Amino acid sequence: MIKENSAIRKSDVINRRMFIIGAAKIVVFAGIVARLFSLQINENKKYLTLSDKNRIREWKLPPTRGNIVDYFGNIIAGNLKVYQLHIIPEQVENFNYLLLRLKILLNLSDKKIQKITKLKNQLKPWDSIIVSENLSWSQFLKVNNYLYDLVGAKPVMTISRNYPFSEMYTHILGYVSQPNEEEILENEIVKERFVPGMKIGKLGLEKTLEKQLIGTNAIQRYEVNAYGKRINQLEYQKGLQGKKIRLTVDTEVQKLSAQLLLNKAGSISVMDIYTGDIIAMYSSPSYDPNLFLFGISQDEWQLIRNNPLKPLINKTLSGLYSPGSTIKPIVALSVLENNIVNPNFKVKCTGKTELYGQTFHCWKEKGHGFVSLKNAMKQSCDTYFYEIARLLGVDRLNVTAKKFGLGEKVLGKYFDNEKSGLFPNTNWKRNNLGRGWVLGETLITGIGQGYIQTTPLQLCLMTAQIANGGYKIKPKIIVNDDPLSLENAKTAMELQSLQTPNIKLFNDPKNVKIVQEAMFSSTNEQFGTSYRSRIEDPKYQFAGKTGTSQVKRISKRERELDLKLEQIPYKDRDHALYVAYGPYKNPRYALSIIVEHGGSGSKAAAPMAKELFKLIIDRDELRDKQSNFENINI
Amino acid sequence: MYQRDRLNSELSFFQKIKEIDYTLLICIILLSIISLLVMYSTDGGEVLYHTKSHFSKLVVFFPLMILIAFFNIRHWHTFGYIFYFLIILLLFYVSFFGLKASGSQRWMDLYLFILQPSELMKIAVILCLAKYYHRIKIENVNTFTSITLVLSIILVPIILVISQPDLGTSVLIALSGLIILWLGGVKIKYFVYSFIIFLISLPFIISFLKPYQKLRILTFLDPDRDPLGAGYQIIQSKIAIGSGGLEGKGFLKGTQSYLDFLPEKHTDFIFTLFSEEFGFIGSVGLLILYTIIIFRIIRIGALSRSNFSKLFCFGFAFSIFIYIVVNLSMVLGLLPIVGSPLPIMSYGGSSMLATMIGFGIVLSAKINRKQTFA
Repeated sequence: MIKENSAIRKSDVINRRMFIIGAAKIVVFAGIVARLFSLQINENKKYLTLSDKNRIREWKLPPTRGNIVDYFGNIIAGNLKVYQLHIIPEQVENFNYLLLRLKILLNLSDKKIQKITKLKNQLKPWDSIIVSENLSWSQFLKVNNYLYDLVGAKPVMTISRNYPFSEMYTHILGYVSQPNEEEILENEIVKERFVPGMKIGKLGLEKTLEKQLIGTNAIQRYEVNAYGKRINQLEYQKGLQGKKIRLTVDTEVQKLSAQLLLNKAGSISVMDIYTGDIIAMYSSPSYDPNLFLFGISQDEWQLIRNNPLKPLINKTLSGLYSPGSTIKPIVALSVLENNIVNPNFKVKCTGKTELYGQTFHCWKEKGHGFVSLKNAMKQSCDTYFYEIARLLGVDRLNVTAKKFGLGEKVLGKYFDNEKSGLFPNTNWKRNNLGRGWVLGETLITGIGQGYIQTTPLQLCLMTAQIANGGYKIKPKIIVNDDPLSLENAKTAMELQSLQTPNIKLFNDPKNVKIVQEAMFSSTNEQFGTSYRSRIEDPKYQFAGKTGTSQVKRISKRERELDLKLEQIPYKDRDHALYVAYGPYKNPRYALSIIVEHGGSGSKAAAPMAKELFKLIIDRDELRDKQSNFENINI
Repeated sequence: MYQRDRLNSELSFFQKIKEIDYTLLICIILLSIISLLVMYSTDGGEVLYHTKSHFSKLVVFFPLMILIAFFNIRHWHTFGYIFYFLIILLLFYVSFFGLKASGSQRWMDLYLFILQPSELMKIAVILCLAKYYHRIKIENVNTFTSITLVLSIILVPIILVISQPDLGTSVLIALSGLIILWLGGVKIKYFVYSFIIFLISLPFIISFLKPYQKLRILTFLDPDRDPLGAGYQIIQSKIAIGSGGLEGKGFLKGTQSYLDFLPEKHTDFIFTLFSEEFGFIGSVGLLILYTIIIFRIIRIGALSRSNFSKLFCFGFAFSIFIYIVVNLSMVLGLLPIVGSPLPIMSYGGSSMLATMIGFGIVLSAKINRKQTFA
């Protein structure tokens, strides 16, 4: 029984101590439940967010750029479906075999194969490798035909920029290409929307209008696993295409300009003299911007870069030329405005004039005899302009030239490469060259030589402002450039009429009229320098001024030789210029033409104006009809 | 004496069936079904390797449990020491010839399945100590020799298991052993003293820990110090549980586990997946199921006449409780990460085998509750 007692005592101890433990267990379990409650009920939101952050990942797709259209709604920079070939390494059965097959099918270089192999080792197995960014249709068909044999290869269709008129608009639009690191970091909007494979504007309007054109990324939301592999797509958020931009340019005129300047270096610009709309702006030669989309090959690049006609330079905006005789309307206007001489003032031209022992030649060796202002303009008599420039002085000439837009950027903010040119005065020379102005320099400035430098677009603007009666216009290349509400437009008009002095560029409208008449006679009267290029039909009749600007000083010997154009080396030939406006009776358009090393303006440049005016004026009505349309759906 | 003989006599088969604790049995079956469903979910909603393997283990071990239940508990008393020494031998065998995996050597290949003897030691140490305290006179419990002996019974397997190395299991073995000491009547002050000594020597112990073990403790204290490295498991586990919310994300819809953000989701972190898919309600439900099992075992212990049965049941109930607490505290970020499975739920044969043997002995204790033995 003792043993029994002991056993009972023992079991009492066991039961008592078990009770203590049991109580402790309840407390501990309650603690665990409390913890569960705090995690799952109190902090549920926080952890749900964290869990979603874990499993949901966003992929941005390249945005679709906005289209650029011409005045008539033709797409000049659009988007095109392109075919690409991707490889998804994890789906590939035999990587080397696949590469071998592709190499034969697509003619891949060994370098490319090496690059793909390297990429494969760097990327995760489910990240796709782009084998070819732009397959031709036949290559795409070939790949699709052999797809059963190309396990892991995936033909993909995507969207890429396209310039349907290839080189026609390169100097206006520029082109897009893959951005480099600097360009991504520089531009806030590009940084935000960048995804590999995206292209940005590198030049021209594509670059300056990047913000409007770029569009927003489409976003794909995927559920991913812990290793980052996409499991399934949860959402697809469409991106918005970039803004459509409508230009003032007319493709037909642009085409003709390109045709006229074929195989020549030069520029043609056409402008509406009231609205400032740029109707054509072509710099020749140009190059195909489509070459740059997928990376230009070294050979093609060298071909463009080493072309002696310099296709990379936008001659309309950044080509600087001596205006030659095309400056004469401004000189004449300045003389009249400053009341230096009256229109009947006559000078006797003997072919040359002397000043302080220096001889200044007229282009006509025999001289023009006695010439009035009108005749001097008509026949482009240099002696007359030497004389009136001398009487006027360069500083007064400079004021008039500045008013008409010389020495200032025309389009300004839209083109990084636009140059402002130069119109000298005495102060300028003292400040920049450190020497005083010499009277001889005034003389040559009077015939558009010397320090004076202008861009073809400046000459076009100058002509337009003479043509419209001497009023300032603001050239533009984008329709609805600064869209104003009706109210705002009205107040702007009122303000403008109050500030007339800023818009009116003359003192006496008679003076502008005289200059216009002189330009008319230069084209439409016998002995006029561009008489041969005239159109007699008053519908197309235009007025203009030729110019021939020397590239180098003509030596005495060369003057005596009187060489034919073909006998002079290309680099030494004169630039041919022509500015004009028309129709004369009711002017609407102005243009400027320059043919580098083309010889004389009357032979090389003026005939182009004849062709151009025919087309421009024919399309005038069409343009007016088109002016009101707002949106065209493409 | 007649009565005693009658009590000790073998019950007939049908009597035994009648005496089975059906509440406990149903709870175990329920738990097994839940574990299968969760395993099915870890396989991504398909019957794959883990589900099949878990199922086949249940198919083998559940009948084993019933078999043990029909086996008189007296025999476990008889073979208690032998069972203990056998497992000690296996631990020695493992430390010399065992299979190595991820830096530790704790398995042996039995051709049919791979056994982890340290898991069985959790049961063996309870059996051995229960027999010891059953036999010893209560006056002798607090003698120096007695305490030295029981401590060495606990220490020998612990040293063997720590050297594998396997800190988690050794801690669980130690706690299972200590609870029998407590129940057996070792003076409370000894527990208090040794706890104080443990606290004082804690810095010393820490200096002996392996670098990865130290890292676990540091990570526990601040999981965000290395969110993609050492802290990853615990952070992801908390995200999974927390995002489950009240009702859970739904069966087979736990994104954290599906998308592989959860590490070791089959084994130690199985509760995380369960909690993510079934939420607070499901988790508390599972906890209630475990609580019923534990209290059912305690009740069987309380009903048993023999002290051996009492000690075993109470000790086993406590060790199940400890496994659950350690495992849940770990996945809830309340304890550092120590490898410890959740009974029945976690994938792993040896752990399930040990638990099922334990349940079998408990069921046997219920059937033979009126029996006493020397």
